[in-house]
Amino acid sequence: MEQVPLSHVLILSSILFFLGIYGFFSRRNMITMLMSVELILNSININFVAFNKYLYPHQLEGVFFTLFIITIAAAEVSLAIAIVINLYRRFNTIDIEDTNTMKF
Amino acid sequence: MSASAILFYILGALILTFGILTVFTRKIFRAAVYLLLSLIGIAGIYILMDMQFVAALQIVIYVGGIVVLIIFSIFLTHQAGERLPSRLPKHLLWAVSMASVGLGLTIWTLYNYSYTPAGIAPIEHSVKNIGRQLLSYDKFGYVFPFEVVSVLLLAAMIGSIVIAMKKKQETPSNSPNSGEKKILN
Repeated sequence: MEQVPLSHVLILSSILFFLGIYGFFSRRNMITMLMSVELILNSININFVAFNKYLYPHQLEGVFFTLFIITIAAAEVSLAIAIVINLYRRFNTIDIEDTNTMKF
Repeated sequence: MSASAILFYILGALILTFGILTVFTRKIFRAAVYLLLSLIGIAGIYILMDMQFVAALQIVIYVGGIVVLIIFSIFLTHQAGERLPSRLPKHLLWAVSMASVGLGLTIWTLYNYSYTPAGIAPIEHSVKNIGRQLLSYDKFGYVFPFEVVSVLLLAAMIGSIVIAMKKKQETPSNSPNSGEKKILN
């Protein structure tokens, strides 16, 4: 792994990040938007671990940030899916173009 | 090129392929399965970087928890085999331009920055060291964020139960005011 330069890992994670951005803005379905958010969070985790491994191997800060991001992602997904199920009960759809009752 | 470098490039190609399929496929269940494979590939990259604990967390929480939750909610809210509609061309243009301009800027910055390692003797990224520092309350201890995140998880659990709970149907015998409300309305 030492022969892989750090910039290649960062390019992998940034491509993944912007794939997530594209998916978030191009999807209409809320669950697929949630999947795109997961891709974004994962690419950031790769960044943290790579910086910790390559540049600051004498400490563990990247691991801790990754750990907390994974925890918060779990909380976020459970809340988002609760909201999606509630919306589905009320409007019978989870398409963002159709659920515009509270749209300004 | 060593074996681990070759493995890294293979895993990276797999992750990107499945990520692209997640974003572009028109079947929602396939998107969830591609997301699952992409997350497993990311766990492989953590293992290549000697972060076995993070890789285990990735498998247990993301693959075992989050994706399964997403698949359950897909089954609750979709008919099988339904094709997803695509957005208006205006939105797609915005998405493509934002993603491509951002990616170009980021990769340009990444290439023009010189990374300097700290150059201090590395420590072992073992579960023992992680656990000691995570639960220590000395100078670089992480026990306070640990507790805060546990409260956050509890709040998220209670909140998602309350949000997803079905409201009980009001019967006239239970609530004396409901009859009056009907007349007023």
